[in-house]
Amino acid sequence: MYKIPTWRYWLVAVTMVIGLLLALPNVFGEDPAIQLARDDRAPIDEAGLGRVRGILESKQVVPASAYIEEGRVVLRFAHVDEQIKARDIIQAEAPGDYVVALTDVPRTPGVLRWLGLKPMALGLDLRGGVHFMYQVDVQGAVDQAIERMAQDIRAQLRDARIPYSQVVKEGGTVKVTLRPGADARAARDKIQANDPGITISQSETANSEPATVLTVAYTPERLKQRQDFAIEQNITTLRNRVNELGVSEPIVARQGTDRIVVQLPGVSDPNQAVRVLGATATVEFRLVDENNNPYEAESTRRVPIGSKLYHDQDGRPLLLKRDIIATGEQLTDATSGFSEGAPEVNVTLDARGGQEMLKATRDNVGRRMAVVYIETKHLAEGEQCKGTRSGATCVEERVISAATIQSVLSSRFRITGLQSAEAHDLALLLRSGALAAPQTIVEQRSIGPSLGQDNINRGMMALAIGAVLTFIFLAVYYRAFGMVANLVLVMNVVLLVALMSLLQASLSLPGIAGVVLTIGMAADANVLIYERIREELRNGNSPQAAISAGFDKAFSAIADSNVTTLIAGIALFAFGTGPIKGFAVTLVLGIGTSLFTAVVCSRVLIDLIWGRRRLATLPV
Amino acid sequence: MEFFRRTPNFDFMGKRRIAYVISAILMIGSFVLLGTRGLNFGIDFTGGVVVEVSYPGAANVDRARQALDEAGFAEAQVQAFGSSRDLAVRVMPGPNEDVNEVSRRVAAALGEVDPGVQVRRTEVVGPQVGEDLTEQGGLAILFTFIGILIYVGVRFEKKMAAGTVLAALHDPIVILGFFSATQLTFDLSVLAAVLAVIGYSINDTVVVFDRVREVFREMRKVTPTQVLNTALNQTLSRTVMTSFSVLFVVVSLYAFAGESLQGFSIAIIVGVVVGTYSSIFVAGSLALDMGVKAQDLLTVKKDDPELDALP
Repeated sequence: MYKIPTWRYWLVAVTMVIGLLLALPNVFGEDPAIQLARDDRAPIDEAGLGRVRGILESKQVVPASAYIEEGRVVLRFAHVDEQIKARDIIQAEAPGDYVVALTDVPRTPGVLRWLGLKPMALGLDLRGGVHFMYQVDVQGAVDQAIERMAQDIRAQLRDARIPYSQVVKEGGTVKVTLRPGADARAARDKIQANDPGITISQSETANSEPATVLTVAYTPERLKQRQDFAIEQNITTLRNRVNELGVSEPIVARQGTDRIVVQLPGVSDPNQAVRVLGATATVEFRLVDENNNPYEAESTRRVPIGSKLYHDQDGRPLLLKRDIIATGEQLTDATSGFSEGAPEVNVTLDARGGQEMLKATRDNVGRRMAVVYIETKHLAEGEQCKGTRSGATCVEERVISAATIQSVLSSRFRITGLQSAEAHDLALLLRSGALAAPQTIVEQRSIGPSLGQDNINRGMMALAIGAVLTFIFLAVYYRAFGMVANLVLVMNVVLLVALMSLLQASLSLPGIAGVVLTIGMAADANVLIYERIREELRNGNSPQAAISAGFDKAFSAIADSNVTTLIAGIALFAFGTGPIKGFAVTLVLGIGTSLFTAVVCSRVLIDLIWGRRRLATLPV
Repeated sequence: MEFFRRTPNFDFMGKRRIAYVISAILMIGSFVLLGTRGLNFGIDFTGGVVVEVSYPGAANVDRARQALDEAGFAEAQVQAFGSSRDLAVRVMPGPNEDVNEVSRRVAAALGEVDPGVQVRRTEVVGPQVGEDLTEQGGLAILFTFIGILIYVGVRFEKKMAAGTVLAALHDPIVILGFFSATQLTFDLSVLAAVLAVIGYSINDTVVVFDRVREVFREMRKVTPTQVLNTALNQTLSRTVMTSFSVLFVVVSLYAFAGESLQGFSIAIIVGVVVGTYSSIFVAGSLALDMGVKAQDLLTVKKDDPELDALP
């Protein structure tokens, strides 16, 4: 009589317990909920949660549960009308304090949530929402930068009194033609000093009067950096907008070299979303008005002529001169870094901006200069405008930096005295305020919330009916062994759901189709084994020997046959996008789970049921 | 229950001329259809706009068409989608039109005639995205074939590997022919289905050829034709069983999972039927006519001993 090693029993038992636990959060369903984030995006603590509870309880609205998740308050309600009521109360009682998002949250019990277990993530085609893909005109951004480089070179050569006859942008380079007799060496040094990320090559024209031509180009690294900045800049503005919209679990991500994907679950009107996302940002460098008292201006509401009242990052009033030194259009670069161990932001302006900066700072050393971040956007319905509003357009201005001018500045300067994170954020905001590369929407998909729910229902219906048909078929065809196969298929689905929940790979409608298909294909492994066992029995082997031989001989066919589907699945995963990737994920994971369940689990089950008995026949 | 009480004894290889004729007709037919009618590519590949709308009552295709006509979309395709209340409108914007603007105008035009109309889904795919998706789809197919070619080449003897791959080429071509004949929309999900079918169909053939290898080793004194027939007969009930279980789930997908998965389901249904046929009649026949012999399998030991040693 044959026996399989005991560790296999343990392996199956442990795997199934873990699998059931991971899959468990999926059975509880979802409740309507609202999600609150602080307007300034600082995380909310227990006290903040208490405040929100207090507001609601004073109006007799009690959430089914309330907890903090990733710095946001989640309030779950039993009914949609309570959810809406709660949102209205919070917007009325604490206007502008919170960004409120309507959402659905899983009814996962606290214990499972505490363990960090989550149900599967649903794709947009199942939840409803909008998906956009923006194409950023990276080439346009690079062309702009080269054009600006040409301007800068002209200014530098003039400053250094090096005579030139022509500075033009030609393709991806700038061609500088010097006048005969000009000092080429000095010209090169001057240009190179401006930007270490450029290369200069020198040649002579073949004219009657030979002249030196310098060809200036960006190094490949610098070019890539430029392109990355252009994308990053647009991503930052998009992300800022998305965060303010109060969408729960939005995605703003770069795709490939020049595309940005935005996914907004739960948003139903794509046209409005497009308008609302289409914000533009710029920055302005302005001097601080140090001659007047900002506190007085704030309390008397009388702002001196030529100045405007702002608040700095800490909420203190600040008077800024109305004259603008430079704007985002002149800003060519802003990077955060360290110098002597202290964080700093390095700012680069183009030649014109540099001259203005020089003029403005010459007489103002020791005073402060501020950077104002200005965002122009279209308001979403119900969204508050914290700046000046005209129709649906809202212009918001805020001071992102106010630093003392240490010396006369020109086109390159540093902003110091920052924390490391501050420096990083400031550089990001400065860059997003620079002249943005134009972007167009090249793909847009929107799924209404009712369609999303329909898709879930239909998918589940197909899954249930497909599974039941397969179960009946296997039970009729293989009798008791068929029942084992059915149990194995159930284990397979449990493990597949567990893996999907663990990986938080998003489940799409094609993904559900992948699960359904997996059931059909996973039956194959069982069929291969049982057919082998039947054959062995026909050849006159004893039941125990037939089981053993059946499993052993079927293995090579099972392994071989799954590899080919695996190859197709990997190809789909590598080249597919969106829902199709979801299909590839379930297909590939399904192959793994069906191999494990058919080969390991079903053997353990069969051994458990028939392995310890002396049998004359097998119910196969 | 058993389909075959004893191991059946069909002479599959003897009928292979009939199989060749059938396959030749299928292949030539598919190529002619693809060459003349082509595929009805979805907007995933061509770019364009699809708006799916739902009416409170029964949808009126003619009225919707007229409304779109008046709004300047004479070329719009309007068709019932799933239930009698839903319509799908497909428009190909001109090269200089703003695709997002087009989707807005389509929805507005339909809403003007029937104020109760509700937009369920819009999809806008720009032409360059369409090109990219086409390219990626092509790469996925190429990658799959190269991967399978390598795998089968390592795992099986030359002639059998060639038979497997030719049979695997046969199936997607027939599916494409089917989509060309019916002019069903060929979109990304159908492409995914075609790839899944390639994997599935090879899987079927691999199981048969695994058995061929085994039978060649056990029965030294018989002709290759007999070996192939024996292997096919021994695996027949498995082949039929598996095809049935996959068909069950795919038919239920087709019937219940909704319109957007119907192209996908049909592609797999066709693929499973053709794939089952090709792994029984085509792959083995090709290997046989290329002259596969016992020596090919015995001298060239392609088995991976590690794989076979596993339980």
